[in-house]
Amino acid sequence: MSKKPSKGGAPSLDMTPMVDLAFLLVTFFMLTASFRMAEPVVVDPPASHAEKTLPENTVLVSIDNNGRAFFGVANAEAKVATLLKMSDKYKVKFSAEEVKKFGGMSSFGVDIKDLPKYIDATEAERMKFQPQKGVPNDSLKNPQLRDWILYAAQETNGVYIRERDKAKAAGKDFVGEKPRYAIKADANAKYIYVKDVIKTFTDMKIYRFNLITSLEGGGSKPAEPGKNKN
Amino acid sequence: MAEIADDGGGHKKGGKKRAKKQSTKIDMTPMVDLGFLLLTFFVLTSTFSKPKSMEISFPAPPPPDQKPPEVKNGLSIILSKDHKIFYYKGQFNPEGNKEGKPATQLEETNFSSEGLHKILLEMNSYAHDEIAKLEVKVKNKQLADSTFKRLAMEAKGDKRSLTALIKTDDKATYKDVIDVVDELNVCMVGKYVIIDMSAPEYALLTEKIK
Repeated sequence: MSKKPSKGGAPSLDMTPMVDLAFLLVTFFMLTASFRMAEPVVVDPPASHAEKTLPENTVLVSIDNNGRAFFGVANAEAKVATLLKMSDKYKVKFSAEEVKKFGGMSSFGVDIKDLPKYIDATEAERMKFQPQKGVPNDSLKNPQLRDWILYAAQETNGVYIRERDKAKAAGKDFVGEKPRYAIKADANAKYIYVKDVIKTFTDMKIYRFNLITSLEGGGSKPAEPGKNKN
Repeated sequence: MAEIADDGGGHKKGGKKRAKKQSTKIDMTPMVDLGFLLLTFFVLTSTFSKPKSMEISFPAPPPPDQKPPEVKNGLSIILSKDHKIFYYKGQFNPEGNKEGKPATQLEETNFSSEGLHKILLEMNSYAHDEIAKLEVKVKNKQLADSTFKRLAMEAKGDKRSLTALIKTDDKATYKDVIDVVDELNVCMVGKYVIIDMSAPEYALLTEKIK
């Protein structure tokens, strides 16, 4: 008898569920997001069927397609300690602020002499930083990469053992993982560049690596049909 | 009429009372806008898949006086420019031996399923078949997962399974090396190593790609 006139009011939807869902997703992404620090160079690793995820605690050497080596340490504490040791060895001074800033940085590819300037630069400037020739890796004259790796290996292992012992002393289960050595090279990089870096590692009796690859089928794979003729 | 007024329609009757009632509603539009903005931001910036990695061990340099080890069921894969792959089976033997065995020749192959993949499966049939058998057992719950892993490792390390040597010249790309290692993993080859080429091999290769 008394039907509501539908044309009277503005048609309004109940948006509550949608808003609920939206905020649920926002929360989810906020909590799961891990921010990737901008890398100073684009390294596009080759695809493979490997399914092992990369461990968190790594000493990483990236190699771009021109053979430049970039160096990074995942653990901030070990990274800072490594910098201090390198600073001693190469007599390059870093201010306390620079050391702190370095702890939050991603990998870098500059000579240690240019490193203070590089740290002081803003993130946007770092992408265009000159000269970004990669970490020098001349085993005779200028073995900076070797020293970085050597000290970083000592420091990350040191941090790992200290944390393990601390957990043991407190009677807690230790969840940290052993440091690993990762190599991330560009698909189009010549293998000899990678070989040089691997030789730097094997010279220090480090033989096990994690080679970073992307998942097969994920990226575009050009030139595949061309290879099949023959 | 009274019913319609209760619905909060556009009538102006008793306006004061209704105005009070409406004020309890908050305009949520800005909040929703912000919510979606954040949502979009996090969706776009979050990295879904962690990078994958391939674990690999490189050999310690052998003592200088040690001869290269004899490899029985071996395959040498040689990578060169333009994603070319060459291979030879068994020992390297540039002159041929006394029993009339021909000199080592490099064969060319490619990354297709008819190329390297087929060669590897043929030469590594022992490990491949063994592991396939084991997998069936695991499926039928006759075998525990940990035992399977151990037995699979043993099959891969068996004398009858393939040993692959990967050698590159200075023009091969990193992608080729990873592709070959990946193919070896897919074909259940457990024994492989990336090593330097010897001078006679290099000579043979330059002859071939000339």
